[in-house]
Amino acid sequence: MKKEYSKKILDEISAKFPEVIIKIHSPRRTYMTISREKVYDFVEFLYKEKGFRFSIATGIDTRDGIEIIYHFSHDEAGTYYNIKVLVPKDDLKIKSMTTLLPATDWIEREIHELLGVDFVGHPNLVPLLTAETWPADLCPLRRDYADEHKNIKIKKKLWEAS
Amino acid sequence: MRRIVPIGPYHPLQEEPEFFKLIVEGEKVVDLEINIGYNHRGHEFISQTLTWDQVSFLVERICGICSDSHPYAYVLAVEDIVHITAPPRAQYIRTIIGELERIHSHYLWLGLAGHFIGYNTVWMWVWRYREPLLDLFELIMGNRNHYAINKIGGARRDILPEDYPKIEKYLDLLEKKNTMFTNAILDDPVIRARLENVGVLTKEDAIAYAVTGPTARGSGYACDVRKDDPYDAYDKVDWNMVVFPEGDVLAKAKVRLIECHESIKIVRQCLKDMPDGPIETRVDEIPPGEGIGRHEAPRGEVFHYVRSDGSNMPVRHKVRAPSYMNIASNVVAVRGYSIADAALVLAAVDPCYCCTERTFVYENGKKKYSGQDLLRLSWKKTEDIKRRYKK
Repeated sequence: MKKEYSKKILDEISAKFPEVIIKIHSPRRTYMTISREKVYDFVEFLYKEKGFRFSIATGIDTRDGIEIIYHFSHDEAGTYYNIKVLVPKDDLKIKSMTTLLPATDWIEREIHELLGVDFVGHPNLVPLLTAETWPADLCPLRRDYADEHKNIKIKKKLWEAS
Repeated sequence: MRRIVPIGPYHPLQEEPEFFKLIVEGEKVVDLEINIGYNHRGHEFISQTLTWDQVSFLVERICGICSDSHPYAYVLAVEDIVHITAPPRAQYIRTIIGELERIHSHYLWLGLAGHFIGYNTVWMWVWRYREPLLDLFELIMGNRNHYAINKIGGARRDILPEDYPKIEKYLDLLEKKNTMFTNAILDDPVIRARLENVGVLTKEDAIAYAVTGPTARGSGYACDVRKDDPYDAYDKVDWNMVVFPEGDVLAKAKVRLIECHESIKIVRQCLKDMPDGPIETRVDEIPPGEGIGRHEAPRGEVFHYVRSDGSNMPVRHKVRAPSYMNIASNVVAVRGYSIADAALVLAAVDPCYCCTERTFVYENGKKKYSGQDLLRLSWKKTEDIKRRYKK
């Protein structure tokens, strides 16, 4: 019964958002790819209409750009829907979802400082985890972080940084 | 007039370094700002530099209290990439350890919640019966914490048949005592007065802030990975999900107390039905792909996302601990309550505890309250309620 239920949801998704590429990994794990422009509406549809629970977002540095995966849980069917968005490196911008989903507040701040993605419309995009003295343009989870890191001296004291 | 009460950078009643900025008007808390990151250790980055087998030891050290949860979710994620499941005996072993850990974590919270409201008897009682459980862990796995029971494809250690009676003997003791705690705590009018209608998190806020675990279930939002997306032995045993709709601290305490009963039930059934056989499926290679592992830790859903490119290390490993979501919900839960309640409300989502010395309240540049004073405020409120009940 559960399996049919998730098939119904997938049909609904492909009817409403035909450009979504769906890949079913296993009965309870589904990956979907959508463009950066459409993702806000798509998330709004999943969260508001389908009642999915936001779990977390993952940022990954890949060859083509920074990939952001929004993980959503559908608790009634026990399924995970993962929405992949690619943000190109020459234009690291994506619309913030904080007003729609307050739970995305912290993770957007985290991806901003660790991978350098700019969340447009976030009310308070300050670093969450790194120290106050950490240089804003140094992104620790980027693949080129080790090369950049060689020549940079991190100031230990807050008053020296300002 | 608005004043700021800083709590932290070490939480006064909990060991975790978080910085809470309480904005108060008189005694009432009107807003809260949360600042984390004082203990950022870069686990996600280190994980990309270790081999698949080493990572399970790394993630075990994320948290000392729920040290079984992170490796559990991690091995489930890797098994999801490879498309295998652990052999039946290993599944039962992992389930038993997961549930025993839930009991010890909930008892830790319960004891400290008792301490915060000035019921040191509750604290001493509960920890008295938590101690033999840690001895039990040492007996089974050689360590009181950091059990290292999870391995990709199975379990690292077997539970020996001669240890079953010892576990069962402890469960018998625990069942009796847990009933006693539940009745004693829920029947006490003063405890009820302190916990009831305090720190209410409504169901709407629970969904908006995406909280999980007892915090969500105490707010009437029924989500439990063990029921929704059963893994290992959880769909082979009979147990109930505990949900209370009130959303206050009492509801969260009730969820945790009754969940201990359910955990005892699960462990008993697992010990009874435990099949014989190997405890490990051999995994030689991790193919390229991505996997998701979820485990219901004592505090909520632990989520691990792992991506592989076919080499001997993960390309990306994302870790989401339940407190990441639960702590953020404090902003709405604490609003409108007094400072005396704040210590309890901020602790109700159950992050880890310890340090009591790092809080200072300043008024006109003069030190006013320390962490101990916050406790004293909370205890004083309980004493006042007690006196009212005596009359």
